[in-house]
Amino acid sequence: MSQSAVISGTSAAPIPLKEILPWAVFAGLLFILAMYFVGIEEGAMSIFNSMYVHEFVHDGRHLLGFPCH
Amino acid sequence: MGQLLLRGMLAGLIASLLAFGFAKIIGEPQVERAIALEGQAHSHSHTGAAETQAEHSHDGNAEAADEPELVSREVQAGAGLLTGVAVYGTALGGLFALAYAFISGRLLHLPPRGTALVLAAIGFLVLYFVPYLKYPANPPAVGQGETIGYRTQLYFAMLVFSLMALAIAVSFGRQAFEKLGGWNASILGAGVYLVLVAVAAYALPAINEVPEKYPADLLWNFRIAALGTQAILWAAIGLLFGWLVVGSRERFAR
Ligand SMILES: [Zn+2]
Repeated sequence: MSQSAVISGTSAAPIPLKEILPWAVFAGLLFILAMYFVGIEEGAMSIFNSMYVHEFVHDGRHLLGFPCH
Repeated sequence: MGQLLLRGMLAGLIASLLAFGFAKIIGEPQVERAIALEGQAHSHSHTGAAETQAEHSHDGNAEAADEPELVSREVQAGAGLLTGVAVYGTALGGLFALAYAFISGRLLHLPPRGTALVLAAIGFLVLYFVPYLKYPANPPAVGQGETIGYRTQLYFAMLVFSLMALAIAVSFGRQAFEKLGGWNASILGAGVYLVLVAVAAYALPAINEVPEKYPADLLWNFRIAALGTQAILWAAIGLLFGWLVVGSRERFAR
């Protein structure tokens, strides 16, 4: 292995798509839902109707770059 | 795969603690200043004959200023900010692991840490920086309450166009790979991406709801703080995830 190269070594064998897909669907949806609650809920769209989620994560919403007020 | 996902979420959680530290120290003073300005502007509209003005601001978000707060400012700037960034960061780390599983050994033939770092750089540019260039983050009270739906749609439209441009650029790059080699194919792909997002950004309508005589330094400082928060989040996810996926022997190797 060359000493001068920062990125050296070999790439890993790809993970079979059949193995990734079920995770991608279920976990992917969950992650996107979590991001939705931080970024959008009780702003442009609303599942609950309290404004509590919006108010609680409000500063994160602005500082993570989501449109807010 | 479950292991990989957990590592992504762990990397995201740790990264979000770093991003929170930055957002708290650099970002919060700007948020406080913007909210103080908002309060001033609001109390102004209540004095004097500007009755229509006051009426108007009531259907926007400005009403939060004179109604009892649902969540106190201290909680918003502390536990609320931490929770928001941590939930977002952990979810981002999980999505990062999924993307890593798809591209590793397929689109990118680099060792794990290199793959993670390249993925983080591309993710930051495509999912945050390019949409941010068109629709930058704004401090509180810069956007109008009535347009939140419209602004959110446009922001996500830009984000989706950026992602689609990446997909098209990757397929161009892959086709050119045989003929041009990796380096040139990558440059071609980057060029295709840039042209496509430039067209999308040009075609989408501009949003400028910054009030008259709004302090320029506040706007600038806030936008830099927002950019820094996401940059730290992505960079830390890329580095930590790469560090977590290589074997423990390699992890501490010189
Ligand atoms: Zn807001």
